[in-house]
Amino acid sequence: MLAEFGYGILLVSFIVTLYSGFAAVIGVRNKSASLVESARRAQLLTFPLISIAAGTLIYLLVNNHFEVSFVYEVTSRSMPTYLKVTAWWGGQAGSMVFWAWLLAVFTSAVTIRKWERDIEFLPWVIVVSSVTLAFFLGMVVVFENPFTRYWSMNGSVVTSMFAPSSAATVFTPQDGQGLNPLLRHPGMVIHPPMLYLGFVSFVIPYAFAMAALITGRNDDRWIRITRRWALWAWLFLSLGLVLGGRWAYDVLGWGGYWGWDPVEIAAFMPWLTGTAFLHSVMIQEKRGMLKQWNMILIILTYALVIFGTFLTRSGVLSSVHAFANSPIGPWFMTFVFLTLIASIALVIKRWPDLRGETEMKSLLSREALFLLNNLLFLGVLVICFWGVIYPLISELFTGQKVTVGPPYYERATGPLFAGLLFLMAVAPLSAWGHSTLQTLGRAIWKSAAIAVAATVAIFFTYTQNVYALIGFFLVALVLSATTHEILRGAMARQKAQSENFFIALGRLMGRNRRRYGGYIIHISMALMAIGILGIEIFQVQTQGQLSAGESLDIGGYRVEYREVAQWDNVPQEVNYTRAVVGVYRGDKYLGELYPRKDMYFSGQPMSIPGQYSTLRDDLYVLLVDWEPISSTSATFKIYVNPLVNWLWIGAVTFLLGLAFAAWPDRDPADEPVRRKVHAGNRQTSAAD
Amino acid sequence: MKQLLKNRTLRVTFYAFLLAALMLVTFTTVFAQDTTPTDDEVNAIAKQLYCPVCENTPLDVCPTEACHQWRELIRQQLAEGKTEEEIKQYFVDNYGARVLSEPPRTGLNWLVYILPPVLILAGAFILFRSFREWSKPKAVESGEGPEEEAGTSSDDEYIARLEQELKNRK
Repeated sequence: MLAEFGYGILLVSFIVTLYSGFAAVIGVRNKSASLVESARRAQLLTFPLISIAAGTLIYLLVNNHFEVSFVYEVTSRSMPTYLKVTAWWGGQAGSMVFWAWLLAVFTSAVTIRKWERDIEFLPWVIVVSSVTLAFFLGMVVVFENPFTRYWSMNGSVVTSMFAPSSAATVFTPQDGQGLNPLLRHPGMVIHPPMLYLGFVSFVIPYAFAMAALITGRNDDRWIRITRRWALWAWLFLSLGLVLGGRWAYDVLGWGGYWGWDPVEIAAFMPWLTGTAFLHSVMIQEKRGMLKQWNMILIILTYALVIFGTFLTRSGVLSSVHAFANSPIGPWFMTFVFLTLIASIALVIKRWPDLRGETEMKSLLSREALFLLNNLLFLGVLVICFWGVIYPLISELFTGQKVTVGPPYYERATGPLFAGLLFLMAVAPLSAWGHSTLQTLGRAIWKSAAIAVAATVAIFFTYTQNVYALIGFFLVALVLSATTHEILRGAMARQKAQSENFFIALGRLMGRNRRRYGGYIIHISMALMAIGILGIEIFQVQTQGQLSAGESLDIGGYRVEYREVAQWDNVPQEVNYTRAVVGVYRGDKYLGELYPRKDMYFSGQPMSIPGQYSTLRDDLYVLLVDWEPISSTSATFKIYVNPLVNWLWIGAVTFLLGLAFAAWPDRDPADEPVRRKVHAGNRQTSAAD
Repeated sequence: MKQLLKNRTLRVTFYAFLLAALMLVTFTTVFAQDTTPTDDEVNAIAKQLYCPVCENTPLDVCPTEACHQWRELIRQQLAEGKTEEEIKQYFVDNYGARVLSEPPRTGLNWLVYILPPVLILAGAFILFRSFREWSKPKAVESGEGPEEEAGTSSDDEYIARLEQELKNRK
């Protein structure tokens, strides 16, 4: 009964969404205020409707309604209630409802708050959002229905929404399969919603961009309205990526945080275009340039968000057959393709209106360096996209299955990331409009000298590896240039306002949070780069079988095997094997670690490493194998991951910096608009 | 400083020792084929291969029983005196090119390596051309007015003022 109710509500939401989109288009076309208002109300109605459907699904999940196939697939009786609730996004059907729900929430937030102010855009925002929402709801209603039930008919069990015949009765399995234990980790419980928050938030700037194109308004109004949406989207996407990395490091047991897996890359790609977008919109705000380019970036981001949503859940890029067999695969691709074509067509139509208001003056100006930054980000995107897609192309055309793995991505993206680090140090020092080698050199020489000194010190004390030295030099350059820039501003203000240095620093940063939040993010990126360089270049590993009392030496550590114990945890449906090892550094005893191997009764294994973590390095011990009865010996795989903690420290400060930049105060859309730049020629009329 | 030097000497000794040990190991595997290769030698090769049946899992970290046996197979082949290349080739012959972490550089696969750099260079070229295009009209008004340096928003004016203060101070 509840399942039918939930499905019915989804169906109603789908119809209401379609109505909302059509009513908005016709309302604007016919200048009918009442029809537009009706569209808005229909849009606002989608939020409570999808909430009720989602609530129904959660009720079914929490109360063990295993006759619903989705509930059977992602929960089991033994799971705690909070995990049953979060199982909502633990499978494809549920996560698509979640996606749709978020979009309904965000669109409602936009239309409810500033309806009067943004009335010129909002009907079209409703249209774009409704098209997207209708697509997801359509997928859910037709192909990925979370309310489908099991029916027993003539002795066999079939899956169907409604009774397949009058003789069929609802079949309720005793217990569900339960959520994949790998996904029960707290990091994995909040990782998907963070990623989805990021994905869905990017739909809002896209919707406003399309509205701007359709209405023909060619100034930066849409960017100002959605600046904060884009920043928050970027924040959540980044948080999602970081959580995913940390989860992999803690649970997957391969001594790393990022494996260049297609699923990871799928979430990374919209981040790349989103990052490029956040940088290049500044040029439009300050200089009125790059309007066409910003449109293209937000369109790409939207397309990659839809593509990423699809990939992260279904993993259908594993083979051509998996793709062809997935009921939603072709639909997703068609949707991405059509929206891309439609959006690009709009950009082309408005192309002449979107000309820049000013000219590019110098190759070293801030806007020129930002463009270079965009080129590098898109370069990384091209590598990622091509690497993810190529195995399919190969299989399709030659029948040969190939893997595009980490060595490929690392070699290809390495130089681009190095270039990005360099720009991160230099670009903030260059001036808008005009810079010369001289002005830039004057601004940076002190920082460069510090970076050179640091690199020389690293050369003599830490490493002679050329790649590492280049990397550390760039990191040092970013750190010193950015810190210098912050201090210079604070000192100037201290002098000018006769304030205490720290008050001056605080006020300076507080008055221009986007700029200084950005600097904190740059510093964090440099810190993260330290961790990445450390683990990529200096990671060492060893493996060996040890009898009690024996030890393995690696990277200055000694790991001594003591014992191993094994027991069942029946309520959790898991068998633990836990080893005890003693860790020494030189002669100094550091304590015990407990690497574990969890074997779930379902047959899913999970390796939990024992970690001894310092700023210098992580000792990461995995229990690989053991003798079941005697427990006299066990095999361990041990990694030493130098500097990896800087990655996590950088990730935390990165998120803080981002929150600092994005924290609400005055709405950017209400700020005074940039004064018109009088470049003298090709002034387009933006004010009408 | 002394401590540091000592550590450094220690480390150098350690690496020298490691190198010697490694050479010894290689030496023994080549000439004394009956010694069992160590886990590290097996992993060194397994790390470069992908599990033939899982999705995107390197062979050295794959937890399945099948992979465990494949690693034993590598050990056995090492013990037989096969080289790294021969073992990798064995896996390619038996399970296809997908066991390699990168597509082999043959035929269509060259596209993987060529397309991204070509696209990036094309992007750079377009960007450079656009710069030239943009900066052409500038020739008339290339007077380097210092007021050009700062942007026009209130933020930048503020910073420009700060910078002016800074200059005056010196």
